[in-house]
Amino acid sequence: MPVALLGDGHIILRSVNKIYASPESAVADIPDGATIMVGGFGVTGVPFTLIKALARKGSQNLTIIANSGGGRLPDIDLSIVMKNGQVKKLITTYPVYTGRTTAFEERYLKGEIEMEMVPQGTFAERIRAGGAGIPAFYTPTGAGTKLAEGKEIRIFNGRPHVLEHALHADFALIKAHKADSMGNLIYHRAARNFNPIMATAAEITIAEVTEIVEKGQLDPEAIITPAIYVDRIVIGEKHEIRFD
Amino acid sequence: MKSGLTRELICMRVAREFHEGDYINLGIGLPTQVSNFIPENMEVVLHCENGMLGYGRIASTEEIDPELVNAGSEPVTLKPGASFFDSATGFAMIRGGHINVTVLGAFEVSEKGDLANWMRLEKGIGSVGGSMDLICGSKKVIVAMEHTTRDGHPRIVKKCAQPLTGLACVDLIVTDMAVIEVTPDGLVPKEVAPGLTAEEVQKLTEPKLIISPELKEMEL
Repeated sequence: MPVALLGDGHIILRSVNKIYASPESAVADIPDGATIMVGGFGVTGVPFTLIKALARKGSQNLTIIANSGGGRLPDIDLSIVMKNGQVKKLITTYPVYTGRTTAFEERYLKGEIEMEMVPQGTFAERIRAGGAGIPAFYTPTGAGTKLAEGKEIRIFNGRPHVLEHALHADFALIKAHKADSMGNLIYHRAARNFNPIMATAAEITIAEVTEIVEKGQLDPEAIITPAIYVDRIVIGEKHEIRFD
Repeated sequence: MKSGLTRELICMRVAREFHEGDYINLGIGLPTQVSNFIPENMEVVLHCENGMLGYGRIASTEEIDPELVNAGSEPVTLKPGASFFDSATGFAMIRGGHINVTVLGAFEVSEKGDLANWMRLEKGIGSVGGSMDLICGSKKVIVAMEHTTRDGHPRIVKKCAQPLTGLACVDLIVTDMAVIEVTPDGLVPKEVAPGLTAEEVQKLTEPKLIISPELKEMEL
């Protein structure tokens, strides 16, 4: 049976049957200290079912890599993992919102969680690079700002560029629209966002979907995430999405 | 103090900067509202870094699709010819120089066109989002903001006090008081809001404005 090796030396079995019966079973082996990418932008494309399962599982000392640390739907988004005290560090682009205080922000300002702030395009590219075997790259983004402090700078075409390193995770929790039984995925509208790139950059990718169909039922031309990137598929619960 | 433009009128004035065929990104806050003020018959394509080209105005309650939102996570509508992609592609379009115009909000803009829009030092934390990528990849950067802070301090300053988003990156500033171009020589007001004078704008602007003979009253 194929195995996956986590950052801390943990060995995880890759099941040949990728369809998991419950969100609990899909996250059951996430150990303390794991690095986890979580998809979504605001309230769209967020794997709420898997986040809730991770909160129930209670793994500790996690490093979370996510565009935001939750806060728009605090009863079901990453806020619940933050409130639980499960997170050691957040690598993110958008941790605070105007007009509300997030659970992450409260803990961060008390010094209970570390944060690495990354410009969103650099964040996306670091994940893409992680999945594509590129260890680092230079980007003009952030040059001359606080977010480039301490980083190597090199001039290309007369312009300063910042050396940025790839991001990689032990697990990716992602949300897609439909999966086939092989693990091929398609998405719905703007809910795609970070999910396809995170799927490529983790040892074990767990996808929450609204529907699972037999292999052959998805048009091969339409597949956005090929099955090679997906290890586990689980049907997500329906959540009420509020815009407030 | 005389009142300047409303937020809606700022958006309407920003939309006048767009040209047929432009690919445009609208940042969080005031800029996302600009999508409501683009003339129906104008062929421009709105880009959103979360993976979408070709969205339209903000959705009405009946039109809401929770999986169709703009950069500010507000539900929007979709126009014929739209497309979806992932965030890495969304930012490759930005960094790769494919976006003609970016509209961003700001805390401060300096006379050199430095932008500070992601963090207030006194808060101890901010959200950078895609702003640093947008300013270094887009052909034209427009800042849409209120001319002063809530307590009346200028937001157009000699040197930004808040953490920078980018150096010398802003091309045009549209506020409730004026439309100001950032030039190599300094800040040149192009238009002032109806009823206001250049002197009144100068009073609430920290750096010295360069008054050009072409300065006119904004037509709305």
